[in-house]
Amino acid sequence: MHFEHEIEGGNFSQAGFASSEIKKVLKQLNINIKVIKRVVVALYEAEVNIVAHAYHGKMEVDVDTDKIFMRLTDKGPGIENIEKAMEEGYSTASTEVREMGFGAGMGLSNIKKNTDELYITSKVDKGTTVEMTAYLNRE
Amino acid sequence: MNKPKFHHALKISKDICIGCTHCMTVCPTEAIRVRNGKAELTDNRCIDCGECFRVCPVNAIIIEQDDFNKIFEYKYRVALVPAVLIGQFPAEISTRQIYSVLMELGFTHVYEVEHGADILSEASNDYMQDHKETRPLISSFCPAIVRLIQVKFPALVDNIIHLKPPLDIAALYYKQQLVDQGIDEDEIGIFYITPCAAKIAAVKSPVGEKQSPINGVINMDFVYNKVYTGAKKISKDSCILPGTGRPTAESVCWSLTNGEAENIEGRTLAIDGIHNVIEFLEKLENEELKDIDFLELRACDESCAGGVLISGNRFLTTERLKNRAGQLKSEQLKEQETSGGISKYQAYLSDHLNISKVHPRSMMKLDENMTEAMKKMKRVGEIIKCLPDVDCAACGSPTCHALAEDIVQGEADINQCIFIQRMFEEKGILSTDDARGIMKQIWGDDKLKRNC
Ligand SMILES: Nc1ncnc2c1ncn2[C@@H]1O[C@H](COP(=O)(O)OP(=O)(O)OP(=O)(O)O)[C@@H](O)[C@H]1O
Ligand code: SF4
Ligand SMILES: [Mg+2]
Repeated sequence: MHFEHEIEGGNFSQAGFASSEIKKVLKQLNINIKVIKRVVVALYEAEVNIVAHAYHGKMEVDVDTDKIFMRLTDKGPGIENIEKAMEEGYSTASTEVREMGFGAGMGLSNIKKNTDELYITSKVDKGTTVEMTAYLNRE
Repeated sequence: MNKPKFHHALKISKDICIGCTHCMTVCPTEAIRVRNGKAELTDNRCIDCGECFRVCPVNAIIIEQDDFNKIFEYKYRVALVPAVLIGQFPAEISTRQIYSVLMELGFTHVYEVEHGADILSEASNDYMQDHKETRPLISSFCPAIVRLIQVKFPALVDNIIHLKPPLDIAALYYKQQLVDQGIDEDEIGIFYITPCAAKIAAVKSPVGEKQSPINGVINMDFVYNKVYTGAKKISKDSCILPGTGRPTAESVCWSLTNGEAENIEGRTLAIDGIHNVIEFLEKLENEELKDIDFLELRACDESCAGGVLISGNRFLTTERLKNRAGQLKSEQLKEQETSGGISKYQAYLSDHLNISKVHPRSMMKLDENMTEAMKKMKRVGEIIKCLPDVDCAACGSPTCHALAEDIVQGEADINQCIFIQRMFEEKGILSTDDARGIMKQIWGDDKLKRNC
């Protein structure tokens, strides 16, 4: 099953909405709660990254009986050095974003921890695509 | 496998119910539907929070208590009284007078529940230390919240602290104390004067415990009326002293908002009101909230001072208990005066403090089987597109979305939607008579027979 949500850059009051909607769906599909937890954490971090760092984006989630595939694409500044961005504690978040309680530089490493596969592709000044997979029935 | 039965203290009286939509639309777990002109409760969704009881315009929702005469089946009849009972009365009625009325009603012992909180405060802090990997930990105090988490936030069940609430600790303590005086355990009946339906459910079908140490429950509104009329007849001098020492200032406030959180080390938050709690748990489940150590969550606004069986005003009750705590603090009671001897039982109680794992029982899932659940979800999506998004509840389900799910689960028909009926009538698929028949099935005969 396919689900899609738009994500608006800079709108912190709505950050987390798309992840919450997906969470509801996963609960209804009776997916293992441990998997739901991991998936929702990863989605939330990726969603907030769009809100905090990009201009506009989209969340796509495909739920299958054996896996959940998630893709977040955005139009934004892109990531120059993905390896560096993955490091714990690395952040380019602005002071405003930090004041909102984000910008610890933990998001991407948290995503890595909570998913089975993670691919990030990015073009500077164009945008970023984050693809994540979580396998079911492995808990 | 037998389906587990959940005891609910909330019952709908079919004779009194007028089949309106108040309870259905306010229920936080969508546990109510209207069929044949009467509200019906779905057992495995109800969490006994009592929101329906508050809004029912004709008092058709009943909180089932034990027959008062059940206390006389026991030779030793203990009334376990929560502080909020006392907090409801104006200052002119003393604690002693209240106790005296309870003795006149037939109890042989009257004890305050809150003594159990002193043991719990220390135990909770130890538990926090021993479970550093789980954060935030959630209090097990309010049974409606424990049930809410089980049915609606299954991913959070492991955050619930596996310790008994003060009520169970107090009950264990008083029972053991009497047994140690040489009294036969079978002769002791412990009765809790409850401020809410949730606590009744917790006594009758406990979560994480095989059996509750409490033998029966008496609704607080019943006792309130007896005390109000009885207290004035009892002179202040002739009345009885509380059986044990007086509670500590901290424990007197335990059941109020922040009463618990204030005693827990670390970053704690206290949230009251079921809808506030739900909003917060949604965020917590997404791990949007970090670095919180402890959550005190209560179903009622102003916590137990706002319990559904509390007759007094919740803000005044809170005020009076805070004043009482202030008084207790200023008197600087000695240890033996406050502990009521509970400290002697510390070791025994510590051994009996734990509850077992709390199991999720999600009501959210559309089907056990994921492939089936996906099919059902697709159908819900298709049905939703046909429904008007009005959430008028005229179909007998609380929202359009709930109707769509009910249809998919085989518990309702799309014809129950009045907008669909109109469209079908226009297209000639449905006759006016048929539409009338459907409405009768939901709302009963008389709502379609009004004189006008
Ligand atoms: N969608 C994106 N577009 C542009 N840059 C991004 C995007 N996602 C991440 N980044 C870059 O990668 C860095 C690290 O991201 P990460 O999510 O790990 O930390 P953060 O967002 O800065 O802080 P936190 O997630 O802890 O609130 C960010 O500071 C940002 O420079
Ligand atoms: S807050 Fe207190 S009175 Fe209200 S449901 Fe919970 S335990 Fe009962
Ligand atoms: Mg981030």
